[in-house]
Amino acid sequence: MDVALNAHGSTLLERARRVAGIAGQHADDVDRNARFPREAVDALISERLLSIQIPVTLGGEGATTAQIAEACTVISQACSASAMVFAMHHIKLSSLVSHGIDSPWHQSFMRRIVDEQLLIASATTEGGIGGNMRNSICAIEIDGDTCRLQKDATVISYGRHADAILITSRAHPDAVTTDQVMTVFTKDQYTLERTNEWDTLGMRGTCSEGYLFKGEAPKEQILPKPFAEIAAQSMLASSHLLWGGVWYGIAVNAMTRAQAFVRAAARKSPGQTPPGALHLAEASSLLQQVRANVTAGLARYEAALAEPELLSSMGFSVAMNNVKIAVSQTVPKIIDHAMQITGIMGYKNGTAFSLGRHLRDAQSAQLMISNDRILANTSNMLLVNKIETNLLG
Amino acid sequence: MKTQIREMLAQYASLPSAATLDDDADLYAAGMSSHGSVQLMLALEDTFDVEFPDNLLNRRSFSTITIIEQTVNQLVAGKEAA
Ligand SMILES: Cc1cc2nc3c(=O)[nH]c(=O)nc-3n(C[C@H](O)[C@H](O)[C@H](O)COP(=O)(O)OP(=O)(O)OC[C@H]3O[C@@H](n4cnc5c(N)ncnc54)[C@H](O)[C@@H]3O)c2cc1C
Repeated sequence: MDVALNAHGSTLLERARRVAGIAGQHADDVDRNARFPREAVDALISERLLSIQIPVTLGGEGATTAQIAEACTVISQACSASAMVFAMHHIKLSSLVSHGIDSPWHQSFMRRIVDEQLLIASATTEGGIGGNMRNSICAIEIDGDTCRLQKDATVISYGRHADAILITSRAHPDAVTTDQVMTVFTKDQYTLERTNEWDTLGMRGTCSEGYLFKGEAPKEQILPKPFAEIAAQSMLASSHLLWGGVWYGIAVNAMTRAQAFVRAAARKSPGQTPPGALHLAEASSLLQQVRANVTAGLARYEAALAEPELLSSMGFSVAMNNVKIAVSQTVPKIIDHAMQITGIMGYKNGTAFSLGRHLRDAQSAQLMISNDRILANTSNMLLVNKIETNLLG
Repeated sequence: MKTQIREMLAQYASLPSAATLDDDADLYAAGMSSHGSVQLMLALEDTFDVEFPDNLLNRRSFSTITIIEQTVNQLVAGKEAA
């Protein structure tokens, strides 16, 4: 499918770059005030980037995960919170596109996303459960044609600014905690009562406040597949890969700043290797590791999409988990190198080399679904899943 | 073998309800976690002296008692043929 050009003749990359231009102008203000990146999201809307993933048959552009990840990287270099909003929205769309494509309600909802450029949020995290998203306490109740749900949703990024929320729960009041469904509620179908504020170290612009969610909607809005399948077949890969694109973008921008610093020093004293040059070389090797991890993950996902068995295999889950672990652990190291290079100029806010926001934003990567939790999950799978012995797969 | 599988589900996959579950009931919907399914695989490997190849390590292969039995039978037969 060709999404190279949209109606206005711009490539996807050009559109993402224009969004980045706007996001960058407001990034420090968004961060300082922990406010929603309204300007960047308005730009995403006017560039029609919120619907690129939706199939062409439903009015979208059928963009691949790789193309969306590339846009995440571009925007993240300007404002990682804006890029994270974009990534999380598209993670939700991946579930709609993969698991709602045969359901009339979800098809027409996807058309609405295209026409109205709706922004979609996610509520998997729950009070008492934390990041263990394959378990729910709350249960959806079905009463005739209506479903009702109340959830103590402790983290919903841009919850107040979203047009719809995809929310997990147990499938019915008697279901075990792992028997879950995911339901779409549109803004007019729920209330949010704020229970937690979002005054955090980083990713401040995601405005990931906690809410008591209360919703009521026609029951056909429940996605027709068990959430276990949705989690394994669309959320796992799209989360780790699109987050990976965002986190890589943070590292790239830190490196761009560090390199500018080293080059400025080199130009001032030609013939001498500037002090930060070795750090830059070391960090560039780490940067390449991150990029290789994300791109290999994207290629593997693309290949697995053609084979449902592969998509729900343990080998695939291990590989996606490993992308998340490696990227989230390595990006802070790269920024640390960049800080050593730029010194006080990187440590200070408001210089061309400032790295405080990068450092703080990148710290969230290891907590966003805790790495400890992911490692526990991988270690369990490795009790039976064999280590891959060939180089090329 | 189904009785044995039921016992293992109860003991290793923390599914006490296994004794009364239908042969074709979805074990994940009954509450089996991915951790539980791995413990079950390890117990099956030990009891029947087989090894699950990576291509069988997916949700489907362990989703019902009938499918588990088929999978194990297939592996045991493959071992005897070898
Ligand atoms: C920027 C950002 C945006 C987010 N946006 C959203 C959103 O829009 N919607 C949403 O639903 N959620 C969102 N989240 C929440 C996120 O998905 C995780 O659920 C959350 O970060 C986990 O919170 P926790 O650390 O309190 O909980 P837990 O996952 O419970 O972890 C707490 C700690 O306990 C330990 N731990 C607990 N259980 C285990 C275990 N089984 N094995 C090993 N260690 C364990 C870990 O060390 C961990 O550090 C967001 C998070 C961030 C950082």
